[in-house]
Amino acid sequence: MFALVDCNNFYASCERLFRPDLAGRPIVVLSNNDGCIVARSAEAKRLGIKMAVPLYQVQEQIDRENIAIFSSNYALYGDISARVMTVLEQQAPAIEVYSIDEAFLDLSGLDSHFSLTEYGQQLKQLVYQHTGIHVSVGIAPTKTLAKLANHAAKQYPATQGVVDLTDPARQRRLLALMPLLEVWGVGRRLSRRLEQQGIRSAQALADCDVAWIRNHYSITLANTVRELNGQPCMSLEECPPPRQQILCSRSFARRISALPDMRSAIAQYGSRAAEKLRQQSALARVVTVFIRTNPHATEETFYSQSASRMLATPSADSRQLNTIAQTLLQTLWKPNLRYMKAGIMLSDLYSPGHFQPSLFEPAESPAAARLMQAVDQINQGGRGRGRVRFAGEMLSTGWQMQRNRLSPAYTTHWDQLPIVKA
Amino acid sequence: MQLSFLGRYRCPTTSIALPLFMNAVPAGFPSPAQDYIERTLDLNDLCIQHPSATYFVRAEGDSMQGVGIFSRDVLVVDRSLKAAHGDIVIACVDGEFTVKELRTRPTLQLLAHNPAYAPIQFGPDNTLELFGVVTTVIHSVRQRG
Repeated sequence: MFALVDCNNFYASCERLFRPDLAGRPIVVLSNNDGCIVARSAEAKRLGIKMAVPLYQVQEQIDRENIAIFSSNYALYGDISARVMTVLEQQAPAIEVYSIDEAFLDLSGLDSHFSLTEYGQQLKQLVYQHTGIHVSVGIAPTKTLAKLANHAAKQYPATQGVVDLTDPARQRRLLALMPLLEVWGVGRRLSRRLEQQGIRSAQALADCDVAWIRNHYSITLANTVRELNGQPCMSLEECPPPRQQILCSRSFARRISALPDMRSAIAQYGSRAAEKLRQQSALARVVTVFIRTNPHATEETFYSQSASRMLATPSADSRQLNTIAQTLLQTLWKPNLRYMKAGIMLSDLYSPGHFQPSLFEPAESPAAARLMQAVDQINQGGRGRGRVRFAGEMLSTGWQMQRNRLSPAYTTHWDQLPIVKA
Repeated sequence: MQLSFLGRYRCPTTSIALPLFMNAVPAGFPSPAQDYIERTLDLNDLCIQHPSATYFVRAEGDSMQGVGIFSRDVLVVDRSLKAAHGDIVIACVDGEFTVKELRTRPTLQLLAHNPAYAPIQFGPDNTLELFGVVTTVIHSVRQRG
């Protein structure tokens, strides 16, 4: 038996947590660079603000309806997410953190002892009490049905945020109500293809012959059909496999045409990627750098190019990785273009000690590892990111992400704690 | 495999350390304290019972001086605790967080600890919304800067 616990309007709820003055007021959260809307509070959804629309298209409505706008504050969302997951971990034998705001819980063995609806209600209450975040809970014998149950818990207020689909008759009733697109793993293209063949609802998909689906579509979709019928095919993945590559890339606030700007951007992305690498205690052997102009600007030349280089020995030293990244950038750079985006990727990752040391290069010195550790400790120490940086990152800063409406780092920065009136 | 020359990598030390002895050779009398070493004290153990439910906030104002909460103090707030009569709580009043003492009898009210401030009364019609219970006050006694 599985439960899917999903935070309601997660980013908007995080923004409201320390702002009691925003109770009942619609909230939207913007994407990187403040371009599009990526999250909406329940009130904003009711006003008809759509997901992923560019800000300028709804600016007028935002002003008129007095909607609060925020830039994405990932430091805040990440911290609140970790709190929610910790509470959930204490309430189930095993959990799979599926994304920043949802987790699957393994409830095997629990169903014979409790009413699962009651368990779901207690879970919901406990997460709110501890963290201040409202969640919805879907309970079912398979992950795919748990996803659907969760969707129903959000959609129908009468459920009070918890739907238990243990009963096969209830499963059938819900399947009849759910559109194809709400089925986990069925995207737009697939649903269009299914509809052309007369399969128009979740129930119709569940009634398909498994062998026919496997032959005409895929094994994955055949498993989905089984899961819709209550036969578990997917198990809980408790330890996500370590990431095989680390990517750090962003669009610039404004186009970049000068090499020092680009060098500074690559240095910053490189330092961030190296920090992520060290967080998962890995070493990287391949460094890739890419830069590109705007593919939609018809009157400009489109240029998009990447370059990679393999190190003789895997490394997690920001200095070494950045030096290579800068060399690669030199080979890619073309002047007189207006660059929109750049990034760095670290791949071919190793755990320390699990690779063949090079015959010709000295092994990474313990002093370098200690230096990187010290840098990470200072930058993660609650006084704000980027307190220690490499000089190359500071060559210029005008290109940086626009985050004009960023809320404080309430839970990760001593100087930005929420204020209470005494 | 192709090797490409990337430029010189300047290593802080160019010497390669060769381990001569695999183990340290104990010399002299072993420390008599060795068997008694414990972990050093961690302030978190004292101040935080439920880490995932604990938030820090900063107080501003003088209404709670009577219980030792001064302006700029950091308050440790535990959301998982059920607030009871006499607890110091963080409440939402008029769209703001405020720190006060919770009184549930004889009537529901929020009490300041400074004679200059009147209690905030809650009639049967208005609900009291709480953010959490204050467990610890962190007050620095050293003047800074």
